[in-house]
Order: sequence, then structure tokens, then C-alpha cells
Amino acid sequence: MTPNPSIFAPLLIASMAVFAWGCWKRLSLISLGQPENRLNNIGTRFGEMLLYAFGQKRVISKPFGFNHFIIFWSFLILMVANTEFILNGLFPQTIKLIKLPFELYVPLAFMIDVASMLALIAVTVAAVRRLLSPPYPEARTLEAFFILGLIATLMLASFTLNATELSVFILKSGADPASFLSEARKVMPVSALLAGFLLPLQLAVIHTAAWWAHALALFAFICYLPNSKHMHILTAIPNCFFHRLEKPNTQPLENFTIGNSFGVGQVDGYSWKDLLDSFSCTECGRCQNVCPASITGKPLNPRAVIHDIKINLLENGAALKKGELSKTSLIGEGGEGSVSEESIWSCTTCGACMEACPVFIEQMPKIIQLRRHLVETETKFPDELLNLFENMEGRSNPWGIAPSERTKWCSQLDVKPFDKDTTEYLFYIGCAGSFDSRNKHVSVAMSQLLDKAGISWGILGKEEKCCGDSVRRLGNEYVFDKMARENVATFIERGVKKVITQCPHCFTTLKNDYRQYGLELEVIHHSELLRNLVQDGRLVMDKTAQEMGTTVFHDSCYLGRHNDVYDAPREVITAATGTTPAEMDRNRNNAFCCGAGGGRMWMEEHVGERINLTRVKEALVQKPDTICVACPYCMTMFEDGLKDVKADNVKVRDVAEIMAEALLR
Amino acid sequence: MLIVVCIKQVPDTTQVQIDPVTNTLVRDGIPFIVNPYDTHALEEALRLKDRFGCKVAAISMGPPNAEGTLKKALALGVDHAILLSDRVFGGADTLATSNVLAAAIAKLHAEVGEVGLVLCGKQTIDGDTAQVGPGIASRLDYRQLTLVDKIITLDFSEKKIRVSRKLEGRHEIVEAPLPAMLTVVRELNRPRYPKVQMRLAAVEAVVEVWNNKTLQLDEQKIGLKGSPTWVSKIFSPERDKGEILGDGYADPAGTAALLIDKLMAKDMLPL
Repeated sequence: MTPNPSIFAPLLIASMAVFAWGCWKRLSLISLGQPENRLNNIGTRFGEMLLYAFGQKRVISKPFGFNHFIIFWSFLILMVANTEFILNGLFPQTIKLIKLPFELYVPLAFMIDVASMLALIAVTVAAVRRLLSPPYPEARTLEAFFILGLIATLMLASFTLNATELSVFILKSGADPASFLSEARKVMPVSALLAGFLLPLQLAVIHTAAWWAHALALFAFICYLPNSKHMHILTAIPNCFFHRLEKPNTQPLENFTIGNSFGVGQVDGYSWKDLLDSFSCTECGRCQNVCPASITGKPLNPRAVIHDIKINLLENGAALKKGELSKTSLIGEGGEGSVSEESIWSCTTCGACMEACPVFIEQMPKIIQLRRHLVETETKFPDELLNLFENMEGRSNPWGIAPSERTKWCSQLDVKPFDKDTTEYLFYIGCAGSFDSRNKHVSVAMSQLLDKAGISWGILGKEEKCCGDSVRRLGNEYVFDKMARENVATFIERGVKKVITQCPHCFTTLKNDYRQYGLELEVIHHSELLRNLVQDGRLVMDKTAQEMGTTVFHDSCYLGRHNDVYDAPREVITAATGTTPAEMDRNRNNAFCCGAGGGRMWMEEHVGERINLTRVKEALVQKPDTICVACPYCMTMFEDGLKDVKADNVKVRDVAEIMAEALLR
Repeated sequence: MLIVVCIKQVPDTTQVQIDPVTNTLVRDGIPFIVNPYDTHALEEALRLKDRFGCKVAAISMGPPNAEGTLKKALALGVDHAILLSDRVFGGADTLATSNVLAAAIAKLHAEVGEVGLVLCGKQTIDGDTAQVGPGIASRLDYRQLTLVDKIITLDFSEKKIRVSRKLEGRHEIVEAPLPAMLTVVRELNRPRYPKVQMRLAAVEAVVEVWNNKTLQLDEQKIGLKGSPTWVSKIFSPERDKGEILGDGYADPAGTAALLIDKLMAKDMLPL
């Protein structure tokens, strides 16, 4: 009978060698990445790893996530059984779980038996799902079915193995089969049930077949694991440990010194964590299913970007290790292993992919690194961005309007300049609030509300400059760096400490990006301030703006997902209209982008359905009279979209306008 | 073969303010840019450099702070950047300016390399005379091809150029021997964007400054003394017609109706 160590041991050594080689081949490539510190706050990291890797918090938040949870935990439990199997294969009859104390053995055997059954059910569910309703059409890969089949084989073989061993015990001991099996069912319910059927058969043959089937499936699994997407079993846990603890809402600084490279044009320009990310992706497709570009038919697919980085690294790793250049370019035609320029420019930087990824892969910063390479090193970018870049650098606003026009919005108002000794808040108006004829109304509404609440505030006036959000997200870090340094110097010189913004893009840039330049500002979005003023009773809601009718609120990506401000704008709308706003199907951290972030505001959108139309149609399902926004870009995108679908009766209003409508009209 | 591009630093504003006393432009607090037409001349020179491997020199006459304009040219890829700056060059009209620029081009021709082409923008957005380019051609006795919107053929060995000139309502195809001076229009090309590496190098690069000690020009032919043109008055045109109707945001339909009424009353809408 089996096992036969003289056959088993060499096979085991061979498969362990393949496993080690596969791991080495891939993981050693990670060292090609650039240095990055991901070892701060070890305690927090450990907790995050427990919650997200072992607790699978993000995995179970979506349908079929629980299925994965079962497979994951069964896998951990079955590590015990498989260790026993391997040791038993090497040293037959010396190491068996059954030799453990009875009190320990019984629960362990029970857990293993039940976990095996649950795993078998879970892989069956997974296979049926992949067949009938895959997470995305290309997910029906041979690889996926192969690994599911392999797990199923392991489970079936181990049941058969246990069942034959129970049967052999009955035959050898002469115990009464019925009473023995009924006792055994309390320990190994599935195996004991199966044993009843096996009893009359050729047990020796079945046992040998099951033992070797299990052994071979295990070897195949070990060999296959590090050479496939299933490597995530090894990498996803450290990936959760090393994930960025702060929200990935900024991009790293660049050092503008002659001789440096800018952005990432070759795969080893990425950090080691970026490369680890690429080995942690198991291609679940959750990112592409929430990506506004992917959904509306653009060439960008965040899953494919990560996959392409991995393939490019595998193809060029050997050359890069020798210090040679890549043979295949990272930015190219978009075949496997290269990312197309069109997909790089399709990203709205909305962050939905990063919010959806169960193992915290950071797709968006990788795309921006590619943009940086295109803009800064190759100066290849869509034509319409040339004007934007020159306007931003030359006149510090996206339209290239004369900077002297920046204060025209308040020419009829009594607005005071910011003075560090007498004013508390700087109201940073932003380019849209200063120059965009529609958005100027928001600036006016907000300034009137500030006065009504008795807030001490002022503006920088003609000294205000663009925050640089769009150029940074578009990868023009050189120009952003210049703009940021100028602004930071102005803020320090003017003694600015507290800032109100009405634009989530200014908000995130001043709050998060400028911190990299050593400027810690207390930045508050106008929706938060208005909410606070209502709560403190400084704005008394003695009237409501009922003429707004049914309202629906759209989350701006840079307010919500990137900065976790979800409740404030909703509370402002509720206070101002007397009723809570309706919610779209995709809301809060699952909200769908308006299409204007990441500099897409300034670019044409020729491929697929327009992102803003998709979102407008989603809003109209709620039959609103007013769509409420808290961002000038969202406002433009919604107003344009409503015109396209000829929904002229629906208004778009900023939260400040709604509040002003209630209190000032 | 050397291509020389003449560029000028101009104030960046559509609302040029004029000092009523001196009749000159008020330049305080207004940022400077490269004259937009000159950026197309520069781009064309760089394209010819990419194609033929020739060298490009950018020259500019102006105050010391015009160095920034030449640094931008360096960032885009010119090989030589020369600032022609001297107090005695100041106050020049188009004749005196072309004298200085022509002398600089002649010096480049003698010391750096044979000049095949001189490229200028069709005019500057501050003076709008369109005279300096042709002036240079006259001083140097080069062929002048103005308002070029396309270089059709260029042969440095045969010393021949064939261009398209954009005139009102028509195009003119002209051929000329080299050396030639071209003034260019915006349709000629789309200027490139500078690479960061080049920008950083340009920050470190030195812009050569030539004054009148270098050029040795007769002071009667340069600057204020060499300028027969005197500006007697500059003023912003008064708007004697036109008005703003209604409020298009608060009442778009009503405002449109106002406009229609107005146009109908003037019999400008054939109904």
C-alpha cells in the first residue's frame, strides 16, 4: 500500500524546487523597484493585515466574496491536513494526526472534514458562477477552471482517502460498521458518510488511487502557484500589510535635478511596492467593474494595467537585472505587457478602482507615473492639453484668462482682502469660482452666507493662483511643482492658517498635496463649514428652500472617496430643503465619477459613451427636480449632460446655492 | 548651415495700458511671454534642425530680463541663444532694431556658421508693425518671404527654398534662393512643449549677451538716435457702439428675446 517515500520524496523535492524557483524568479524582480518606506506604523499595519487579509473585509463586501472567504479559511485549516499528508508521505505511519490526544484530534479532524466540504462547495459555486455569470467576460479562463478543478480534486481525494482508512479500520478491527460509522460521523461527517459506500469495494486500490491523486494534485498546486495569478495567495497578505495607510490621494514629489528621470517609462521606475502590487492581483475584475472609463467603453482597464506591468516586468526582468534597458516598452500599443497611451489618458483619477480592490492595489498612482513620463520626458499628450499647460504656467488658470480678471466675480460685493491679523479664514475661491460664469454664482452665494453667519473671512484677490490640481493629475509635475511652491510661499507670507474652499480639487490639493511641501493648513470644504454653521446655530434655518423639489446628491470623487467627506453636503441639503436628498444607486464611496477629474475636464471624450451622460441618466432615475453637487467640475458635467438628454426642467445647484436659496432669497 | 530665429519678449495681456504722458506701454506688473508668432518661427527652425541636422541660433534684442525668453528657446532645443542688450539699443524703432539684429546675424554668419535662413514671426503683438523681419532682409540683402504658412521644399545644397504665402483669400507659392528671411504665420505649425530635462538644462545654460562693444555699430544708426519714427500718441480705441443686454444667466429666454427685438428693429433679422 501507499505511501511510497522513495517515489514521493523525489517528487516532493522536485515540486518544492519548482515552487522555490518560481517564487524567486518573481519576487526577486520586486527588488528592481525604487525604494519606498512602507514600514511606518507597524502596529497599524499589522491590524490592517488582520482585518483585510485574514478578515477579508473588502473581499466579503461584494457578492461571492463570502465564497472566497470560505476558500481562504479552508485553505488555512487544510494546511494542517496537507502538512500531515506530506510528512506521512515521507515517513509513513510515523506522523499521523490521530496520534494526537483524543481531545485535540476530534475537533481538528472535524474542522478539517467540514472545511474540506465547504471548500468543495465553494469551488463548485465559483466554477458555476464563472461559467454562467463571470465577473467580467474574459474571466472564463482555462487557468481559472484549472485551479478550481485542482482544489476540487484535492478535496475529493482527501475525502476518499479518509473514507477508505475508516473502512479499512472497520474491516481490520471487526467493529460493527453501522455503529462505528455513526460514531465516526460525529468526527468526520463527510468522510464517514462516504465510507459507508466504499466498504464493500476494493479498498486497497481505491486508497492507492486516492492517495496518489491527492499527492499529484498537491504537487501540481505547489508547482503552479508561484507561476500564475494564484501567486496572490503568497503576496496578497504582505500587500495588505504594506498598503498606503493614508488615502492614496496624492502623488509623490519629483526631484527636479539634471540627470534624474521623470515619471515611469520603464518598469523598474516603479517602486518595489508597485511591483509587489502587480504580483498581488488575482484578476478579480472588481476595479474594472467600477472604473468609469472601462464601463463607458474607453480603452482603459485598471486590471489590465496591473497585469501589463507584471507581464512587462517578467519579460524584461532578466535584462533589467543586468543593468540593460527594457526590450519591450511599458507604454506602447497596448498589447500584453504594454499600456496604450489612450488608456493612460482615459483615467479620471476617481479612485474607484483603489476603493474596490480587496488587496489595496494602487492603480491610479501608477497611471499618473506613466502620464508623467509622457508629459515630462516625451512631451506626448493629447493636443488639447498644450493650451491647458501653457495657460496654467503662464496665467495660472486653465482658460488662460488674464489674471487681473480674478476678482471680477466680487466687483459688486464688499469683499475684504485676507489679513492675518484681522481675518480668520482665507476663502480660496479657485479658478472655477473666479472665472467660470456659472460657478461665480456659487462664490457669491457662499460669500453672502459667510457674512450672514458672521464669519471673519477674506480673499487673496489677484494674488490667488490656481492650486495646480489638474496639471498634477495629468502628470505635468514640473509645472505643478512650480505652482505649488509659489502658492505655499504666498500662504506662508500672508500667514494663512485656515482655508475655506468650494472646489474639492482645491480642497484636496491644499490639504493633502501641499503637505508634501511642509505646509499644514486647516482646510475645510464649504459643505463642511456650512454644516458646522447650521449645527452651531450660526446659520438659523428658519426658512427652507422647498422650491428645490426632489433633490438628489452626487458625490464628488475628491470630496468623498479621496477625502471621506460624505455626510456634510447631505446634511446641508437636508437642513436647507427640509428633506433628505435621494440617493443614486451608486453613492458615497461607490459613487460614479462625473468624468471631469484627473484633468479629463480639459480633454475631449470621443470613445464610448460619455461618462457624464451615464451619470446624468443614473441621477434622472430618481426623478429629481434638482441635482445637488459640491464641485464646480461636477456642476459643469451635469449641466452639459442634462442639455444633451434635453432634461431642461432639472436644475443643477451647488450646496451653497441651495443654502443661499433658503436663507437669502 | 545655421538657422537664425529672431524672437521678442512681449507683455502678456490683451488689455495693454498706455501711459498717457509718455505715450508708451505700461509694463509694470505685466508678465512677459514670447511673442506668439515667434514661437511658430522657433518651432519651424527646430523642425528643420530635426530634419537636416543644422544648428539653430535664437537672438533677441531687449532689456536684460529678456533673458527669460531666450531660456525658453534653449529649453525647446536651440543651440545658441544671444541677447542683444545695451542701453544704446534702447528706444529703437523698427529701422534701428533691424540694424542691430542684422549686425548680429552677420556676426553669426562670420563666426558660427553660414546662415541659410532667418525666421521671424510675421509681427509682434505689442508693436504690430510687421516691419522688423523685412528690415533685416533689406539690411542683409536676403530674399524676403513674408507670411509663410508652409515650407514646401528646402534644399540647402542647391540653396533653394519654396514656400506657400498666406495672403488674403489666396495662397501664393514662391521660390527663392538662399539665404532668405521668412516671416511666418500661426498656421505654419504647432509649437512643441519643452521636455523637463531640457528645461532644467536651460536654467543652468548661459545666455550670451552682446552689447554694442561686441557689435561696433554706429550710434547714429541704433537706439533712439537711429530711429526716424516718433510716436506722437497711443490711445485705446473708444467703444462708441455696442451695449450689454439683460442678464443671460438669470433670464436666458428674456435676454434672447431682447436681442431679437433689437435686431428686428434694426432690420437685421430677415423674417
